[in-house]
Amino acid sequence: MYTCPALKDTPAMRKSSGRDQWVIALAGQPNVGKSTVFNLLTGLNQHVGNWPGKTIEQKIGTFTRDGECYTLVDLPGTYSLTANSEEERITRDYILRERPDLVIAVVDAAVLERNLYLLTELLLLPAPVILALNMMDVAAQEGIQVEPKVLEAALGLPVVPMSASKNVGVRELVETVTRFIAGDLPYAPHTPTILPNHQAVLEEIHRLLGDHTPHPYPAEWVALKLLEGDEELHRIMQAQLPPQDWEAVHAQLYAHEDAILDIAGARYEWITRMVRAAVIRPRVGQVGLTSRLDRVLTHPAWGTLALLGILGVVFWLTYTVGAPLQEWLDTVLGDFAAWVGATLLSTAPAWLAALVSDGILGGAVMVMTFVPILVIFFAVLGFLEDTGYLARAAYITDRFMHLLGLHGKSFMPLLLGFGCNVPAIMGARIIETRRARLLTSLLAPFVPCAGRMVVVTLLAGLFFGRAATLVALGLVGLNLLLLAGFGIVLNRLLLPGEPAAFIMELPLYHLPNPRTIGLYVWRNVIAFIQKAGTIILVAAVVIWALSYFPADGDIAASYLGQVGQALEPVGRWMGLPWPVLIALLTSFVAKENTLAALGVLYADMLHELPLLLSPAAALAFIVAQMLFIPCVATVATLKQETGSWKWTLFSLAVMTALTLIIGVAIYQLGALVGLG
Amino acid sequence: MLTLLNLEPGQTGLIRELHGGRGLVGRLAALGFTLGAPVTVVRNHNKGPIIVSLRGTQVALGRGEAEHVLVTLLTGATEAH
Repeated sequence: MYTCPALKDTPAMRKSSGRDQWVIALAGQPNVGKSTVFNLLTGLNQHVGNWPGKTIEQKIGTFTRDGECYTLVDLPGTYSLTANSEEERITRDYILRERPDLVIAVVDAAVLERNLYLLTELLLLPAPVILALNMMDVAAQEGIQVEPKVLEAALGLPVVPMSASKNVGVRELVETVTRFIAGDLPYAPHTPTILPNHQAVLEEIHRLLGDHTPHPYPAEWVALKLLEGDEELHRIMQAQLPPQDWEAVHAQLYAHEDAILDIAGARYEWITRMVRAAVIRPRVGQVGLTSRLDRVLTHPAWGTLALLGILGVVFWLTYTVGAPLQEWLDTVLGDFAAWVGATLLSTAPAWLAALVSDGILGGAVMVMTFVPILVIFFAVLGFLEDTGYLARAAYITDRFMHLLGLHGKSFMPLLLGFGCNVPAIMGARIIETRRARLLTSLLAPFVPCAGRMVVVTLLAGLFFGRAATLVALGLVGLNLLLLAGFGIVLNRLLLPGEPAAFIMELPLYHLPNPRTIGLYVWRNVIAFIQKAGTIILVAAVVIWALSYFPADGDIAASYLGQVGQALEPVGRWMGLPWPVLIALLTSFVAKENTLAALGVLYADMLHELPLLLSPAAALAFIVAQMLFIPCVATVATLKQETGSWKWTLFSLAVMTALTLIIGVAIYQLGALVGLG
Repeated sequence: MLTLLNLEPGQTGLIRELHGGRGLVGRLAALGFTLGAPVTVVRNHNKGPIIVSLRGTQVALGRGEAEHVLVTLLTGATEAH
């Protein structure tokens, strides 16, 4: 049987080389189960990357049928094709430039009218479209009946009923695709027309554009999009047209600024006519599952309680399953690394054995120990997203997040940062706008992760005895205060652009698909190991080398130790001796390293340290531990997800500056009131 | 005219005007907020976003955004939601 070639080259390259595969694009609004359809069709034959030059995920896969190979491109979920967001730009540019052989529009049968809006836009582009009428089961659950055959006749294009999350209708979809491409199915789509009162102005703009529209944009489509208020095409055409022509176009657009309302209105009227015979709505008074659940889940009091309950379960899972598994992995793999150093490399020079077992394997072990937490985190996030609950959690928390210029969608990633900052930053992917995604990623390191809490709890106990809990809670509060302050500053002063409008669909509830969640977890964990893991490994080796050389493992005399000693004056402002500074520096690899380093530097740490540090200095030290630059895994992920060294270094600089300022302030204030 | 913020849960309004920038109006229109479309308010508390139901879907709107949607009251009858 013919198998598809490796997915190294993009469909664009294949096309120019004569294209030996059919290229099919999958389009749809958010929350229609598009990923599930994509996963069912391609299985593990998929390649996940980013769209060229964008931070938006691109998924390409293949499937074969009767020896024929099909490439499937998953386009980002969009409500329309006016360039309000990167997703919309990517989707329409892909179809215009690459001209796929077929576009499958996935729609949710339970929300058919709104979903068909995207279809009215897709039909204006130069590629044939068939309709995958997904979530027939959800529609039935809400009491809505849809007749695919009637819809097919009304629209004039093939319609395939599906319940992808129950694996129903996939074979029929593949069948329809192959028959359509073979030319065996009729295709005569009806398209909505623009209202008569805007027809004249549309033609006038079309005439003014002449042959100035750049490839691959069709002139008539550009005219319509300009009338809809598309800002990207506005920019493009302003640059393309001679100034006097542009002024004429601009005058027309200005006089018809409200055209979008008529255009969208006409599309919805057309849709209403199309679905009239095909959809039977529930009788008035019949209440669907979603409304019944939402009586509790979006209620201000009960909804908040439900959210707290769900979060409780998440943390319980993280701490009772994730943390022990993490420790177990650390012990087993750590023992293995030590064994390699002691046995296999027993004849090698000491530095080489240490490099392999402590540096390289130590770094690799650290990468692996993140896996259990990441699996739990992404399984939970995938589950909540796939059932439709995540949007409710965002609704409930929106009012708090609003203060930071964020929306409710940022709440879940930030909150789960208490477990670990790495998935918090990766989880920011669920947020639509780049601005909010960046802001969330930059705030995540302020959330005290489990690693930091372990160190802080232990140190607080060591220094403050009975007051330890109070101190630890105060420190968590301080971090959250700083998070809020930093958020407000970033939002108001530093990030370009306005906070995005809060418009969020609350999808109908439905049973999650284990396969979709499984692949979601798999993709994210692999992405972490491949990308962030590489940076972590390199950084771990570098830091190991700095703490090993030139003194053959004597950390006090190592380069790192020398840096610590050079920083002694800084330490003095905080009342900290240089070995404590070194311990702080080693926490860059992993937060728990602080304890290990203190153990190496002070033979009897538990008794020595409290005598060495005054209460003010101890407090300054713990605060510094909470605020100091995040661990290397977090930094690597931050770079990976923001795609920017500038913002990553900015984040490090801010954290370092805050550590110094607040550390010094606490010690000096403490000294003033006699605690120094 | 009223804004969506003025409606109590269960009340339905017919959309008369959309205000705000082009981006906001475009996004709302694509979601089905078109002139004459009926919108039912599902949740509207003193703080935080509101939830409305239109064209068979529920949409959460920030208070700032909801203020840009002008409606006339269709009925005071309380619908089940």
